[in-house]
Amino acid sequence: MDAYLEGIIMLSGINLIAVLGLSLLTGFAGLFSFGHAGFMAIGAYSAAIVTTIFKLPFSLGLAASAIVAAGVSWLIGRATLKLKGDYFCIATLGFGEAIRLILDNFQGLGGARGWPGIPPHTALWNILLLDVIGVVLLAHLVRSRHGRNMIAVREEELAAQVAGIDTFRYKMMALVISAAYAGVAGALLGHYMTFIQPKMFSMVKSTELTIIVIFGGLGSISGSVLGAVVLTFLPELLRAVDKWRLVVYGLAVIGIMIGRPRGLMGGFELTPSSVKRWIADRKDAKTAKADRMAEDAGNGKDVR
Amino acid sequence: MSQFLQQMINGLSIGSVYALMAVGYSLVYSIMNFSNFAHGGVIMFGAYFGFFGMTMLKLPFIAAFALAFIGTAVLAVVIERIAYKPLRERSAPFLYFIISAMGASIFLENIIIATIGPTFRTYPEVWSRSSIAIGPLAIGRLDLIMFGVSAVSLTALVLFIDKTKMGKAIQASAYNMKAAALMGVNTDRVVMIVFALGGLLAGIAGVFFGMKYTVYPQIGNITTKSFVAAVFGGLGSLPGAVLGSVLLGIIETLVAGYLSSQFRDLIAFVILIGVLVFRPTGIMGKATEDKA
Repeated sequence: MDAYLEGIIMLSGINLIAVLGLSLLTGFAGLFSFGHAGFMAIGAYSAAIVTTIFKLPFSLGLAASAIVAAGVSWLIGRATLKLKGDYFCIATLGFGEAIRLILDNFQGLGGARGWPGIPPHTALWNILLLDVIGVVLLAHLVRSRHGRNMIAVREEELAAQVAGIDTFRYKMMALVISAAYAGVAGALLGHYMTFIQPKMFSMVKSTELTIIVIFGGLGSISGSVLGAVVLTFLPELLRAVDKWRLVVYGLAVIGIMIGRPRGLMGGFELTPSSVKRWIADRKDAKTAKADRMAEDAGNGKDVR
Repeated sequence: MSQFLQQMINGLSIGSVYALMAVGYSLVYSIMNFSNFAHGGVIMFGAYFGFFGMTMLKLPFIAAFALAFIGTAVLAVVIERIAYKPLRERSAPFLYFIISAMGASIFLENIIIATIGPTFRTYPEVWSRSSIAIGPLAIGRLDLIMFGVSAVSLTALVLFIDKTKMGKAIQASAYNMKAAALMGVNTDRVVMIVFALGGLLAGIAGVFFGMKYTVYPQIGNITTKSFVAAVFGGLGSLPGAVLGSVLLGIIETLVAGYLSSQFRDLIAFVILIGVLVFRPTGIMGKATEDKA
């Protein structure tokens, strides 16, 4: 395959993992985060420590990235999940930036200059494998009792609480799982680039992830998949007008918010059964139309 | 001791510019209950307006300065009309406002990069860089003027909000937008005035910031710190925003002076997290209760 095309597919696969996690937090539990790049950074650095310094296999690095990111998010969640709406957003922004600035100042891991020489373990097959695992796990989670409880928290926190749902617990669950996804994505990114630098995980990256989730549609896993693929490819197609790419991006975000806030697939899921149902509906509509026409013909009316 | 006083002076001067920026965040928050992240972009435009007013149009400083703050006031209102008004009319959840603001912020930053380019630009010298000596202390002319202009503009803002009819309408809308509208306040115009005021102060802050440092498209990263200051003081509270900014400015310069300049940026976010964890309403913020 064309190396350039393969590179873009790999990047969109990596982005997808982080987006899936954020999709759970934002689309299903209704919490916005402007700090998920921080969890990616934690994942990238912890995996790099495992594979580069301890020379352990990549699978252990991935596991470490998920566990460390989840652990840190648990601590952050304990401190901030009690905050309401806007303030939680701001807190995640603060943590994301703080993580980046700490790594910037920590010379042991390369500091702001970055850390080169990470083994290139990321390949197309392991990205796609993790993508599939990520989607399947998430799809099962959101359809379980836990997933429904998260949706209840998103829709109306107070009502969910009154109905006996431990809202704090479900928000925490969504945060920790989404951080683990982001950590794995960071680990994959580090071992794909073979170089990591705190700058790669700035607030802009966090915003980008949130934008992909919104673009794809809140509360839709297939929307997130579509969003991650489209929004990673789109900038590449717009390379010719590179300078204007982010200008258009900014306008598009405002446009979506004003015109179609549900995103591409908001609340709608593309699954094998939904496709089957859609085809069946079309068939039904067709046969019904044919029946009607036959009937009309029988009654001696004009058939147009 | 004199070193400490010197640091305090430097901190006050940068804090006063933070205050001009932070007030813009707080004003919008008090009326519309969301963090207007596009404000950083407006400040950056202010710096550019002033810069090109002085270099390309060859305007005297005062005229370029006026051009900058009028320009940003208009810009802030235009952004409100395009990016927030449709959401306001739909009474969309606050998150949509934040995301729309993020979009506007990305747009503003990149339109500058695409048209003018990402280079750093230095303002022409207006006041001599030599400082005024008071005993062992040295105060930069620019710092002194910055502090003076900030103090005057903030006082003017407070007087406007306290003494004029429009100011009362702003206060009423901040308290309860719906009730204010029922009492005959034109809330649409209140929102417009609030954005214009925020934009005005953003223009002033942008020009001074550009003069003290340089002008470049990512100025927005520094304005994030003024947002931190607004949260520190309590979002939605104007005195809080000023107090938070001055404290943040002083803490930053003290940290840079006594610990390490590398921790300068970090301390802002540590404060942010600390405030949110222990006292989310900040120093002077009003506690809002969850309305079912």
